Amino acid sequence: MEQVLGNISLLFEFPVVNLKIIVDGVMVGALFALAAYGLALVWGVMNVKNLAQGDFVIAGGYVSWWLAGKGMPPLFGVPIAFIVLWGIGWVIYKLVITRVIERDLFTSLLATFGLAIMIAQILNLLFGSDTQSIQLEYDTLYFFDGFVDIPIAKLLGVLMAAVLATCVVIFMKTSRMGQAIRATAQDARAARVLGIDTEKVYAFTFSLNAAICGAAGAIIVMVWVIQPFYGIAYSIRAFVIVTAAGLGNLPGVISAGLGIGALEQYGAHIFGIGYQQAVAVLLLLLVLLVRLIQQRRMRQSLQ
Amino acid sequence: MKSLPALAVCLTGAFLTISQAASAMECEEITLGSAISLTGKYATNGVHAKNGYEFAIQKIKDAGGAKVGDKCYNFKVIYYDDESKGDRAATLTERLVNQDNVQYMLGPYSSGMTKAIAPVTEKYQIPMVEAEGASRSLFNKGYRYLFAVLSTSEQYLASAVTLAAEMAEKSGKDPSSVKVAIAVENDPFSLDIRAGVLEDAGKFGMQTVIDEKLPRDLSDMSAILTKVKLLKPDLLIVSGHSKGAATAVRQIGEQKISVPMIAVTHCEAADVVGNFGDSANDILCSTQWAETLSYEDPLFGSAANYEKEFKMAFPEYADKTVPYQIAQASAAVYVFKDAFERAGSLDKEAVRDAIAATDLMTFYGGIKFSEAGNNIAKPMVLRQIQDGQYNVVAPSEFASHKLNWPRN
Repeated sequence: MEQVLGNISLLFEFPVVNLKIIVDGVMVGALFALAAYGLALVWGVMNVKNLAQGDFVIAGGYVSWWLAGKGMPPLFGVPIAFIVLWGIGWVIYKLVITRVIERDLFTSLLATFGLAIMIAQILNLLFGSDTQSIQLEYDTLYFFDGFVDIPIAKLLGVLMAAVLATCVVIFMKTSRMGQAIRATAQDARAARVLGIDTEKVYAFTFSLNAAICGAAGAIIVMVWVIQPFYGIAYSIRAFVIVTAAGLGNLPGVISAGLGIGALEQYGAHIFGIGYQQAVAVLLLLLVLLVRLIQQRRMRQSLQ
Repeated sequence: MKSLPALAVCLTGAFLTISQAASAMECEEITLGSAISLTGKYATNGVHAKNGYEFAIQKIKDAGGAKVGDKCYNFKVIYYDDESKGDRAATLTERLVNQDNVQYMLGPYSSGMTKAIAPVTEKYQIPMVEAEGASRSLFNKGYRYLFAVLSTSEQYLASAVTLAAEMAEKSGKDPSSVKVAIAVENDPFSLDIRAGVLEDAGKFGMQTVIDEKLPRDLSDMSAILTKVKLLKPDLLIVSGHSKGAATAVRQIGEQKISVPMIAVTHCEAADVVGNFGDSANDILCSTQWAETLSYEDPLFGSAANYEKEFKMAFPEYADKTVPYQIAQASAAVYVFKDAFERAGSLDKEAVRDAIAATDLMTFYGGIKFSEAGNNIAKPMVLRQIQDGQYNVVAPSEFASHKLNWPRN
């Protein structure tokens, strides 16, 4: 308790620390938001809650790390991880997801949970259980007497995340496939009646999600560290963000992602870094509670 | 007809003598068992440990086996993969004892797995020499059949506290003016390290300004480092396996943290020099063993010789330093050989007593067990990363280099 109070007083004693926390949080949050957007897509279009989300992220990270080890410039890892994970996502869709998509919630939860374990273990067998990262030879920018530091690598990562998110949004808004995806999300049956091949849409959506995660992972390996069993941390955050923001609400997903990033950093500062993830889970609980109360007020029945 | 049984006895006798003569020429086998992590999160180090066991077994075989009484024996190990899960390790140990009739055990990897196995070996009174479980909580349960060749974990970074005190005195300050910051993972191993550091810091009257737990899936510790910047400790302790070392070193560089002394565990596993270059300079790393130490024994030769021969036997390690996890695994097998020879029999109890009475100098350091089973003859070593090289700086009697202090 004493330490908690001490930490809070530090925030007031050195106001610049607040800025540092927010900057750090926003940078983490941008990547959370990316993974969360992919989850929202799959959830909204196919009603599959993908528990392997974080493991796609980590797999993307390993693709990029492995190639960098073979001498490829690390920044190329992002598009390559996007493409490789697209392929992996498509294979997984054809092998597993297409069989559980029409089943009830628990079947798809179990299937994706199994996938999560499988991916983590395969990565472990392939690359070993040590933590890995790519160190980029860029400088770090310092502001306010060096209290706020922004490594250019991190900045690049966030920029790439922003570019990727923008591209996906434009694609969803303007392209034929984007329209088909949105139509399927609204009403799969009606979409089929109107001649949309929903099976193709599902496969595309799932692959796109895996690819987005893969690109996020390739960015993460440049700024933080990855390990085969870190997937769950990203899955949890993606779920928190999507639950908080709601499906099909992209500005919501982004702001929730950035917000959770910053709140976690505050939690880490005040309660100790060990409670950083506890803050995320606590938020999930709060969000669920609020949602429950909201729904009770406007009771609806579906199906 | 009466003579027939007599003849049979006679013939059997003759056969027995012949087969005995044959076995005297070729060594028999002693079977050891080990449940070890070949998959799962401890797989990297589990494989290291297994390689260490296998290397020592081959060396003993090449040297003519272990002489027990007037016979010679080679070792053979039955390995099962515990998948880095404690309950699995315990089940597999039951299987080793009950189905494979294993009478002696080599340890698994990590304190957690050892903790899961020890009650089982204790129940069946199976002597176990382990090399990879350093938690001190293993040695306060009164286990009679558990022996560990490595230093217990509370000693890992405690020597950094002494070093910080020495440096404070040298610069004309009181050791009690030293401020300590601690960031350790919330697992048995790292909590031991914290306890050891706090205990020693308490002896000098030092003040602990930061005392935080790192999460299991740590990838960002800028929150702690920001506090370090504000509170300016003189000694920063980080222990969080390889992810802790990697995250700490990277972000210390990014955030330009200047603390006079920084001590970290698992530097080698995280390859902080290879990954982060200059950021790793002047960081202190604890290790159980280093190939530059001046220890030696008749079987493996010097520590440097051990490293050389191991690399020849396992070429996949050729371009990196041999991790201490391998050296201590070999030392555990060596303890068994020595104990069997001194016991002069394969009787479990006699072997157990012989292990307990071990007083051995090895390439890995002295080995002598306390009443509780931990090794009290070997100190922990601190190495400082100086221009990308790991140089031993403490304890001073084995040190090859001088400490760079304060750090930048």
